Amino acid sequence: MFKDLFQKKRKYATIPSDRVGRGGEPGESERPRREVPEGLMNKCPKCGTIQYSKELEKNLKVCPSCGYHMRLNAMERIHMLLDEGSFQEFDGGMVSVDELEFPGYATKLEQQRMKSDLREAVVTGQGTIDELPVVVAVMSFDFFSGSMGSVVGEKITRAVEVATEKELPLIIFSTSGGARMQESILSLMQMAKTSAALARFNEKGGLYISVITDPTFGGVSASFAMLGDIIIAEPGALFGFAGRIVIEQTIRQKLPDDFQTAEFNMAHGQLDLVVHRKELRSMLYKLLEMHSVKGGD
Amino acid sequence: MAGELPFEKPLVEMRQKINELKQFGQDKGIDFTDEISRLEERYAELEHEIYSNISPSQKMHVARHQQRPTSLDLIQLIFTDFIELHGDRLFGDDLAVVGGLAKLDGKPVTVIGQQRGKDTKDNIARFFGSAHPEGFRKALRLMQQADKFKRPIITFVDTKGAYPGNTAEERGQSEAIARNLRDMAALGVPVICVIIGEGGSGGALALAVGNRVLMLEHAIYSAISPNGAASILWKDASKADQAAEAMKITAKDLLGFEVIEEIVPEPVGGAHKNYEWTASAIKEALIRHLEELSGMDSEALKEDRYRKFRKIGKFAFEQSSAATAIE
Repeated sequence: MFKDLFQKKRKYATIPSDRVGRGGEPGESERPRREVPEGLMNKCPKCGTIQYSKELEKNLKVCPSCGYHMRLNAMERIHMLLDEGSFQEFDGGMVSVDELEFPGYATKLEQQRMKSDLREAVVTGQGTIDELPVVVAVMSFDFFSGSMGSVVGEKITRAVEVATEKELPLIIFSTSGGARMQESILSLMQMAKTSAALARFNEKGGLYISVITDPTFGGVSASFAMLGDIIIAEPGALFGFAGRIVIEQTIRQKLPDDFQTAEFNMAHGQLDLVVHRKELRSMLYKLLEMHSVKGGD
Repeated sequence: MAGELPFEKPLVEMRQKINELKQFGQDKGIDFTDEISRLEERYAELEHEIYSNISPSQKMHVARHQQRPTSLDLIQLIFTDFIELHGDRLFGDDLAVVGGLAKLDGKPVTVIGQQRGKDTKDNIARFFGSAHPEGFRKALRLMQQADKFKRPIITFVDTKGAYPGNTAEERGQSEAIARNLRDMAALGVPVICVIIGEGGSGGALALAVGNRVLMLEHAIYSAISPNGAASILWKDASKADQAAEAMKITAKDLLGFEVIEEIVPEPVGGAHKNYEWTASAIKEALIRHLEELSGMDSEALKEDRYRKFRKIGKFAFEQSSAATAIE
């Protein structure tokens, strides 16, 4: 009978779904591929190569297989850049306040401190590179995506003012997602404040080298990061004013893969140099040295 | 009437009733003059009440009103002898920014403004008032020209932000904005900026580094448009109203933060209800502020502008340094 035929179909053998495509104990293959002590190994976010963290650090956190320049915390950058023991921090205790009483801001600030071991998204101070004195400001993407609020603006402005007063060269390492929305207009005004300080520094003849690192966007890109006498970027660093997603939505087109990379910006005349992290310190030294004797003196 | 906003619904309804009554009186030959004037009075009261209590998000809608006066509307009404000048001398002539020479109360000035379109076609040509680098560079060229000839500079800010497109990026959007911020700080003539509609992000600031920054009563000014903030914070651009409430974007908020020096009043119902009224309020404020700045030499003007921006920002101090905490 037809009825029987249909009923029979339901009785075909089945395999429990959690065993499909697996051998051995279920759950074994569910284990994460890297079950190693925290921090011992590191995976390149670009090519996926896994390597010992110590090896990677020796290589200045540049992936040995693909050359990807990993993001650095401000303190890592300072240790890499300045002569040992030469760094004297400015305004290390400066912290943000929730002036706008913006929903969730106070909690988020607390979380960012825990996450990054920093008090804010920039560390500023003075030190030496092969004994040449320099004022530095180093941003850190791991604190609040390097966003610029009042503290970032104020610390950078003060650093520029110190450089102006002491007639020292200035190096700023930028990395930022842009303005800190939670400080809305106060955050926007930091662009004007830092740029105005640089205007004075510029008029006094100070040397400002801007080093753009991955990623640098929005209010930081459209203020001090693009005002260097010499602008350097690390290879592959993404930077621009608006981000890729916003632009793709505006123009309703896919953008090329290399859009807004350091190399792309170099080709469009927005940069002086793209310098590998291994050569960065010596390049900065050369530039400082070149400016330490004024032409005609 | 066209272009009414949702919160104006009670007014629309009342206006309708008044009109119906007028029509009814006409048709039936009954004299309702007293009733109508009483209703008109109540209408004015209601309008005043609604407009003196509008929320930040409602202001955002007034600031973005399609019929709100644009820079060119105001330039024609405030100044005489306007001669529009064009181009950045580098790439092109960005129609999202207009500028040129004009006379304010008989004295020559340079006036620059961001220009939204009046209709769809105009909006497309002007990129909805969102400038490319060439727009910012045209503005700076005109400002430096004003500096050379010792003319005061007046700017009108009205933009959702700098144009977020690949062409703008390729030509150095960041550099163009950054350079304006730095070089405006170095201008040796009085600079007065008026936020007339929406002041969005770095694109607005690139025309707003002034000795005085004034703001129309219902204009808004923020680091990012409320729509942008909502999409980043809550992954939902439609929560712009909610973001507008949190972001402190109104003239009153900004006066409190000392970001602006003065709120220029608008006619009841918003600037779009009466262009002449709005223009004359702005004109009065411009003349008064220029008069105040006229005694300063170029160094004093630079110093004054520096101090205005230098003091903006709120922060606190904790004891030990971050560096020692880490090491």
